[in-house]
Amino acid sequence: MLVKSTPQTPRALWAVLMLLGLSAGLYAMFLAVDYRWNWSGVWKYRAQFGIGWLTTLGLSLAAMLVSVLLGFVLMLGCRARREPLRMLSGGVVVLVRGSPLLVQLLIGYYIIAEALHLGQPMLVGIVLLGAFHAAYLAEIFRGAVESIGASQLEAARAVGFDKAQTYRFVIIPQALRRALPGTTGQLVSLLKDSSLLSVIGIEELVQKVKVMNAASYAPLEGYLPLAAAYLIVTLPLAHLARRLERRFAYET
Amino acid sequence: MRLEARAVTKRYGAHTALDGAAFSTGDDARVIALLGPSGGGKSTLLRVLGCLLVPEEGGITLDGRALPHDEDGALIERRGNGFVFQGYNLFPHLTALQNITLPLREVHGMTATQATQRALELLHRLGLQGHEHKRPSQLSGGQQQRAAIARALAPKPRLLLLDEPTSALDPVMTGEVLDVIRELAEAGQSILLATHEISFARKVADWVVFLAAGQVQESSPAAAFFTQPKTELARQYLEGLSKYR
Ligand SMILES: Nc1ncnc2c1ncn2[C@@H]1O[C@H](COP(=O)(O)OP(=O)(O)OP(=O)(O)O)[C@@H](O)[C@H]1O
Ligand SMILES: [Mg+2]
Repeated sequence: MLVKSTPQTPRALWAVLMLLGLSAGLYAMFLAVDYRWNWSGVWKYRAQFGIGWLTTLGLSLAAMLVSVLLGFVLMLGCRARREPLRMLSGGVVVLVRGSPLLVQLLIGYYIIAEALHLGQPMLVGIVLLGAFHAAYLAEIFRGAVESIGASQLEAARAVGFDKAQTYRFVIIPQALRRALPGTTGQLVSLLKDSSLLSVIGIEELVQKVKVMNAASYAPLEGYLPLAAAYLIVTLPLAHLARRLERRFAYET
Repeated sequence: MRLEARAVTKRYGAHTALDGAAFSTGDDARVIALLGPSGGGKSTLLRVLGCLLVPEEGGITLDGRALPHDEDGALIERRGNGFVFQGYNLFPHLTALQNITLPLREVHGMTATQATQRALELLHRLGLQGHEHKRPSQLSGGQQQRAAIARALAPKPRLLLLDEPTSALDPVMTGEVLDVIRELAEAGQSILLATHEISFARKVADWVVFLAAGQVQESSPAAAFFTQPKTELARQYLEGLSKYR
């Protein structure tokens, strides 16, 4: 019996081949540097690994929520009619985008949160990480909103929509589609940036792996599962975004 | 209706699109045509008359009532008007049906059932049965423009404002859309129409406002305008346009 050749089969086949190639390549390189594997040491720490993964996941999800909401507010601020509001939002965006997250985390946690007596590193970390990516999202959202043509805005006014209705029924549904690819990329970056939160004492996945590697005298073993743990989240996220994009697709 | 403009001035940055435009129609004008050369200010005046734009100076009265200059007042005024533009301006993410029902529900407070019923009635009347669930990109230009007219008519506007509704259409589609407008005019709808379709304006309009260089050159009953234009500019304009049709 012949294998029915759908357009899917060659793609799947290629994917498997490429994965095998990649693994073989990596394996060969580890061989070339004569790396001594020591998985048993790492295996002992699997529970810690799981806790780290859940921490990373939980705080990233919370920070994503913060970043999307705050990014939206900042975008509105950048488009506000009042000059001071525009200046404030624009200034926040420029400052946050222009400085390293590491510095923002250190100053935000050890100086600002300290001064305000906010003791909880988790909460502060989530807000700081969310705020950092909100500044990028604000620009992505602003680009998407500004790409809605003047004729659409006029049509919205013509059918009698007020400002809020114009955003809700005309701008946001159309901007959403255009903002989607950039937003997904940003959320993936956020997830990866969450590892920096170890500087304010949060034991997220990367930190757990570092501790685990040190304790088990295995310099690299932990990092391969670490990469896999991130990919388990980022790949479906990218896939979901692609599906959403297709669902919103319509020609303009 | 009686439409009156007093010294209306509207600028776009340094450019003065309307430069003290003033006119008044007769008491019972129903289909008013805005005619004039390209760039003369027809679209701008139409938007000012429909409260889409607020003039820097001067004002409009409609049947003796001054049109508001504040945004809230203008919004209420706009909700009583229906607009159709040259470029259709349907919402691309919504179907033809949704384009009509959304404003009916959100602006005019109809229930979903009422809105759908009204929208279907209009779509069918304008010959769009079978196309209700298509997005604008799946409709021809003429169909899009008829859907746009349906959307403008759905809330039963006091005044329907049309800005060159056929200039983006080929001759066949132009015919379709002009037929629709003519039927509306004959059914008694008050219409304000900016157009270059002189022979069509001659058939449906009962008042003509002739604009050039941001000023109203002439405002006359249609019959008088087309047979005996008062200004030299209008005479040349009519001659130039009737050369090839
Ligand atoms: N949004 C705008 N920004 C700047 N200038 C504008 C704008 N809209 C119109 N104008 C200018 O104002 C003048 C009047 O434009 P308007 O569109 O009212 O003319 P019109 O009579 O409708 O012309 P047409 O027959 O070509 O449509 C033109 O010189 C035009 O370039
Ligand atoms: Mg025009």
